[in-house]
Amino acid sequence: MSDTAAASTGRNATRLLAVLALGGAAAIAALLLAHHGAGSLFALLVVVAWAALWYANLLWSRRRSLPPALARHADKGVPLVFGLTLVFLWEAACVGFNVPSVLLPAPSLIVQRLLSSLPQMGADFVQTFVRAALPGWLIGSLAGFLAALACDRYDFLRRGLIPIGNFVSALPIIGIAPILVMWFGFDWQSKAAVVVVMTFFPMLVNAVAGLAAAGTIERDLMHSYGASWLQTLLALRLPAAMPFLFNALKINASLALIGAIVAEFFGTPTLGMGFRISTEVGRMSLDMVWATIVVAAVAGSAFFGVLVLIERKVTFWHPSNRQ
Amino acid sequence: MPAIPTTTSAPLAITGAAPPLTRLLSGVRRGALIPVATMTMVIIAVWYLACLPMNRDLPQLANVVGLADRYEVAWGLERPVLPAPHQIVAELYASTLGTALFRETADGFVLNPRNLLTHAWVTVSATLAGFAIGVMLGIVLAIAITEVEALRISLMPWIVASQTVPILAVAPIIIVALGSIGIVGLLPKAIISAYLSFFPVAIGMVKGFGSPEAMLLDLMRTYNASKAQIFLKLRWPASIPLLFASLKVSISISLVGAIVGELPTGAQAGIGARLLSGSYYGQTVQIWSALAIAAILASLLIAAVVLAERLTLNAMGARP
Repeated sequence: MSDTAAASTGRNATRLLAVLALGGAAAIAALLLAHHGAGSLFALLVVVAWAALWYANLLWSRRRSLPPALARHADKGVPLVFGLTLVFLWEAACVGFNVPSVLLPAPSLIVQRLLSSLPQMGADFVQTFVRAALPGWLIGSLAGFLAALACDRYDFLRRGLIPIGNFVSALPIIGIAPILVMWFGFDWQSKAAVVVVMTFFPMLVNAVAGLAAAGTIERDLMHSYGASWLQTLLALRLPAAMPFLFNALKINASLALIGAIVAEFFGTPTLGMGFRISTEVGRMSLDMVWATIVVAAVAGSAFFGVLVLIERKVTFWHPSNRQ
Repeated sequence: MPAIPTTTSAPLAITGAAPPLTRLLSGVRRGALIPVATMTMVIIAVWYLACLPMNRDLPQLANVVGLADRYEVAWGLERPVLPAPHQIVAELYASTLGTALFRETADGFVLNPRNLLTHAWVTVSATLAGFAIGVMLGIVLAIAITEVEALRISLMPWIVASQTVPILAVAPIIIVALGSIGIVGLLPKAIISAYLSFFPVAIGMVKGFGSPEAMLLDLMRTYNASKAQIFLKLRWPASIPLLFASLKVSISISLVGAIVGELPTGAQAGIGARLLSGSYYGQTVQIWSALAIAAILASLLIAAVVLAERLTLNAMGARP
């Protein structure tokens, strides 16, 4: 019985790899042919690649019918194949239908533009991410946390501030960008200020919830040890609050980039990702805009990813991090 | 698969901030009235006090001596760095109720662009259109993800990843790309709103459709229920509470999307356009009143969702 099962998983694995190879080969052939105007063969290859890669994903997601080596990687492999297929179809559609690059530039054009203007991109990245988003994120999150500590010490403050914080969190805070640009000037300081305001309230609300997360029994134990407020905070309540704090830090990570970029729509020195996006859109060079967005996307995902890694190290005890 | 639960918890945690008006109100009911009122009063007092230091470099204050006189001038400046709250309220009144909403032109009566409510309507219509598209897209995606295993594995990581990207940066592209094929006005902004608002719905509904317990699913199977019947009679009703939790987040970010969608191309009308023109011409009071109306709109939209939630849950027989 187990022999036949092993044989069938082996067959399935072979089929999956064959379909993947077919799809990949068809896609590469299509891309090579793309610029030589081979109309119907190109279209056929695109359809074959699409169908083969989709079928491969179907096979790969039936984990129980696959050998463990392949099944284990389904979580990463399937989305990867899916994403690559989408990028391939985007490229094929742009070339095949001659889509004007004002409407949608092909991925290859975007990558070319990205590589050819790396110094520019680097300068924009430093201006927006390193100078505005990162310090703003740090200051805003820290201020929110300190405010939460104050709320924790003085209950009156908590009962007054938390409803207001909840209310403000749902408002379009990004709208204060023009005001802060007026107050702090065109350079990165005003963008960092926008980020500070945007990240303050999520951290306040989450940190207050986190500081209340430690259980009564544990608190009573600390009390019976005669622990001071600070000792209880450091030894018990801060560790218990960590999942909430990281939650806020992750929410704030995406808010910080959005805040820094959108604030630049209201005026900047001639530098920065938001500035690049708004000026290049005006000059209709969409490949540059897309290249900037690729940088923003990679930066945003990397920022988020780093936070997730740190979170797993810090909150290793949390159920969601245990197998 | 630890990745998905940990990362999805982040956007869902935004739900914690979701029903601000209800929280504010229920907080008030729980006896938070005095603290909230006190904090609000403290904030307003600090605001009034800050008006003088913030505006001290303006020429109108150069020759005024005496603290009381200086404050009197600082609270009534025409283009202050920081306007006093009553100036914003006055501007809000003057530009909404104090201005005719309709204007007579050759084509008959049209909405008056001098009235702030006209701009609010332009933004709200894009918000609602985008919200409708986004919610439908989110529900369809959630159904596909729940029913097709291959889609769940392929799509979920990308849906989550799509939110770590600063999506609002894509707004100018959508406006320009659609503008180049002749689509202008409401639809591009609605698409930005939809792109922002589909996410909480998709994530929330995947959770909602998966919320029925194994015992209930087994019961449906013993009834020989089809997939469609299980969906309609079990999964869909079970997901309604999560649907409304997601809708509250969606509607507020949908409004943000519509406002930001008005920024990059210099739209003629809308709250974003008011923010932009106020920033170009240094009309601070105009910016603040646009912000105030945006806040009022956000509260009203969320209140509408809360009302719909209550009516629906009551109709479904939920007990308070």
